[in-house]
Amino acid sequence: MKIVCCLKQVPDAKNVRLDPKTNTLSREGVQSIMNPYDRHALEEGVRLKEKFGGTVVALSMGPPQAEEMLREAVSCGADEAVLVSDRAFAGSDTWATTYTLTMAIKAIGGCDLVLCGKQAIDGDTAQVGPGLAHRLDFAYASYARKIHGMQGNALLLQRMMDDGYDELKVTLPALLTVVKEINEPRIPSLKGKMRAKKVEILRLNAASIHADPACLGLAGSPTKVFRVFAPELRGERTMLDGAAHEQVSQLAAILQSIV
Amino acid sequence: MLKIDTEKCIGCGVCESQCAFGAIEVVAGMAQVNDKCTLCGTCVDNCEVGALSIEAAAQGAKVDLASYSGVLVFAEFRHGSLAPVALELLGIGRQLADTKGVTLSAVLLGVGLAGQAETLIAHGADTVYRVDNPALHYFTDEAYANTVEDLIREQKPEIVLAGATAIGRSFIPKVATALGAGLTADCTDLAVGEDGNLLQTRPAFGGNIMATIVCPDTRPQMATVRPLVMKAAPRDESRCGRIVDFAPNAKRLVSRVEVLSSVLADQDKVNLTEANIVVAGGRGLDSEKGFVLIRELADLLDGAVAASRAAVDAGWIDYPHQVGQTGKTVAPKVYICCGISGAIQHLVGMRSAETIIAINKDPNAPIFDVATYGIVGDLFEILPKLNDSLRARKRVTE
Repeated sequence: MKIVCCLKQVPDAKNVRLDPKTNTLSREGVQSIMNPYDRHALEEGVRLKEKFGGTVVALSMGPPQAEEMLREAVSCGADEAVLVSDRAFAGSDTWATTYTLTMAIKAIGGCDLVLCGKQAIDGDTAQVGPGLAHRLDFAYASYARKIHGMQGNALLLQRMMDDGYDELKVTLPALLTVVKEINEPRIPSLKGKMRAKKVEILRLNAASIHADPACLGLAGSPTKVFRVFAPELRGERTMLDGAAHEQVSQLAAILQSIV
Repeated sequence: MLKIDTEKCIGCGVCESQCAFGAIEVVAGMAQVNDKCTLCGTCVDNCEVGALSIEAAAQGAKVDLASYSGVLVFAEFRHGSLAPVALELLGIGRQLADTKGVTLSAVLLGVGLAGQAETLIAHGADTVYRVDNPALHYFTDEAYANTVEDLIREQKPEIVLAGATAIGRSFIPKVATALGAGLTADCTDLAVGEDGNLLQTRPAFGGNIMATIVCPDTRPQMATVRPLVMKAAPRDESRCGRIVDFAPNAKRLVSRVEVLSSVLADQDKVNLTEANIVVAGGRGLDSEKGFVLIRELADLLDGAVAASRAAVDAGWIDYPHQVGQTGKTVAPKVYICCGISGAIQHLVGMRSAETIIAINKDPNAPIFDVATYGIVGDLFEILPKLNDSLRARKRVTE
């Protein structure tokens, strides 16, 4: 089984802030990390390979420095790493991104299974997995929480829903997006780290994946950012002061008046 | 491509300091862009001398925008009932349709749909497209997406809305990709712009910033909408509407994913997202024992128990109680948060509560920025006293 794990390098979102006074983004102390959900996708790919055999390809679309993250993926068990990178990809929305990833997967000879994190923590769209499955014409399911095993040419798995869960049989070739409950990602092994240092990363660009320039980057993106701004805060608070028993009696009175 | 006009650039460095991606550097008094640029446009907006611009390559085939008209909402139906977000979508959909002077329709998929289309009409739909078919009993992305895609190709609505639920966020991206349409995820605000385009506003970077998205050149304009943000219109039995049974192509109902079973998880005594009063605990509770106080307060107020991600990750309470970016969104009458610092990821899940009461020992905790009432104090001292006081009042009234 050939498994492609899609990985995105993202700014550590918890450190990104918009200064409400100047309306600008502050990148102070913001590091680039592997999208946390993708780490679970990679781990699940490596586990499936260990159980059923095959190869795991770590695939990322991003700037040249995403190579660092791909080496980390190899240290965690990926066999191969592919970086698809081109200035022409800048400004891609999820539509252009799924086009680029599809062409990249075709350029490396296709696969049996694609695993993605359920969403990336910078955009939070959760749209790349389903869009990619459509373009590859793969069966797909989102929010995989547990893969029970194989039955013939299908995966048996559990999908998390808002109100519970569904048990599914998904015929390969397929794409799954995974939630963090699916596994506990491993720490890189020493052997893995050694391999990561030496591994040759396959570099692809717009030309080598035979992409139509009209479908790439900003030009190929139906959605455009119109404006970026800081979320509004409410800030009309009343502090309840005094000793604890005074605070409590004020609060109890407030609760009684509104409940 | 980001273009830098070397004649105009004065090397002031404003762009460099504002770029969230570290994509611009001032070298020898001149801005230079590198590969990290995502063309977000922040620098263009903030360049005081107008030296920066984004050049878009010519678009491919133009879509005939004028041939699309009307608003279509996906009315999610699962385990025998309509999702509450379906009515919320009709609420905002009605506003958008009235602003544009067009019709509002809904698409309803499932089995055993008797009476549901009438409910959608009473809440604002002019037309309901109904597909009552056993192949749609359980949710599969392929059958749902193909059916909705085919309906959109036939009806050509200019705006399509679905709930940002597990189902909506899973199959709508397939529909949008198939149609070559722009899709904005998890919107918290929708409005019609001056040029008639849909302005779709959503949180990004874990809620740290808000972005307004437009799709100027493609139709339909598609968005998933966060539950509990929009208001449903009240039920009006006198409203009239049309019910159309839409007949999908049998081939399009085939799915390579088979649903073997669909299990409803044990719901809490009180459903968190529908509770009027929510009492939430966070890291400040120190251990799962802290939730005993939270539950006690919730019971006294007939409310539900919620938690921050920190408390869930620590294993003190189960995930279904989690409120925030990666948990549930709630909008109760009263939200009482105890020992929650107020990370933006938590705030996005609860800030539309009518009254927010925060109890925290740190006077600088960001939770106080959104609170209506704040108490700086030790929750292990405050909560037992509050519970005693409420118990005493309850005894008096009983």
